[in-house]
Amino acid sequence: MSQFECPDCGYIYDEMVGAEHEGYAAGTLWKDLPDDFPCPDCFVREKPDFIKLGESITTESGA
Amino acid sequence: MSNHYEPNAVATARSMDPTRVSAWIATKKYWYLLSLIIPALPIVCAYFAVESGNGLWLWATVVFFYAGITLLDSVFGDDEANPTEEMVETLKNESYYKYVLYAAVPMLWLSIVAMAYVVSHYEWSWFSILGGALSAGLMGAFGVNLGHELGHKVNDKGQQLAAKLALATCGYGHFVIEHNKGHHKDVATPDDPASSRMGESIYKFVRREIPGAFRRAWALEAARLQRQGKSEWSFENEIIQPALLTIAVYSVLLAFFGPIMLPFLLIVAFFGYWNLTCANYIEHYGLLRQKDKNGRFERCQPHHSWNSNHKISNLFVVHLQRHSDHHAHPTRAYQVLRDYDNVPKLQAGYPWMFILAMIPPVWFALMNPRVVEWAQGDLNKVNVDPDLKDSLFARYHQTEQASQP
Repeated sequence: MSQFECPDCGYIYDEMVGAEHEGYAAGTLWKDLPDDFPCPDCFVREKPDFIKLGESITTESGA
Repeated sequence: MSNHYEPNAVATARSMDPTRVSAWIATKKYWYLLSLIIPALPIVCAYFAVESGNGLWLWATVVFFYAGITLLDSVFGDDEANPTEEMVETLKNESYYKYVLYAAVPMLWLSIVAMAYVVSHYEWSWFSILGGALSAGLMGAFGVNLGHELGHKVNDKGQQLAAKLALATCGYGHFVIEHNKGHHKDVATPDDPASSRMGESIYKFVRREIPGAFRRAWALEAARLQRQGKSEWSFENEIIQPALLTIAVYSVLLAFFGPIMLPFLLIVAFFGYWNLTCANYIEHYGLLRQKDKNGRFERCQPHHSWNSNHKISNLFVVHLQRHSDHHAHPTRAYQVLRDYDNVPKLQAGYPWMFILAMIPPVWFALMNPRVVEWAQGDLNKVNVDPDLKDSLFARYHQTEQASQP
């Protein structure tokens, strides 16, 4: 599971967490998000702008 | 004009010597309490109206908003201070600033109810009642301003709830969705119903803005709910939630305070909407983002917003007028918004600019040359009303100047 950071506001998309409020369930992979996926915090950066971070911890306790 | 715009220079947030600004920034914390004056004013004025029997008191909040704040702006001038990076780190997480906003929300509702009570329980001329309704309508306008500041903080459940409660004062509950996901994405492009075009009067703009904003908000919310596998017609719909609150409170007022509430509340809602229209109209008038080589609009830059850095009006509207920084960083809290050097600047604070916007010949005479100056005479770089394209190009387009680097 990977993490991606919004270059503007610092929001981190974690594949383990998803973006539930925006309708992307926990476990939704980055590659499955649409290209026009906007940052769910600032809404002014889109998927291609995000920066890939490291892997997130995949154990239950690390979530 | 002191705030001359230099199109070829880079716009930046002005950095400050901390020793010069730290005292004012620390004091300013308490000056934001000025933002509570307008939410409280209708209660005070309604009391004076009843005590003195003079219905003109019901107008006082409106007069203070347009004339009083404008006069104070002309006395106290600009607010040069920007917080330094270190100050930003401390200030942005201080919850005091959010509680100032929280305090205003119940005051807005209380003022509307107080004004509704006084209008319906005493004898007034229709002119006085109009003043009372417009004063209560300003609570709707300030509700939108508060809802705007709070609504951007999408990770804070308290601020999201407060935003809905504030926006429900005038039935503009769809604002958070429309503004965050719609306006911020399309700002300063022809696609945005909330960005005005050069040559477009405010009376033409409003007919595009109000329906366009609602349609965009509904479509965005329906799409979100669809992704969640829910119906758009559910209580999860964040447009329906605040709308129900508006309907509930307005119905109670109608039931208890009588039929006078019908025109009264219509004016309240209308005036809340109208003030947002005024703000949207002046914030990006004529400014246009250019398309890149892939045909996408460039990112919103600081020079795509009109700003006003007047000290007093900025305290009343919690820095909404530092608009370039807001669009550069939409989630940045009001207390850390900065003024930029070399961005388009309005000659006065919002209340006075709203008045000018409502008189189209004056607005065009003042602003059209400034938009042309901003675009260096090249009207291809301006967000022009397509109905007036030929006449505006004939009058303002300067090909020779535009061809210079």
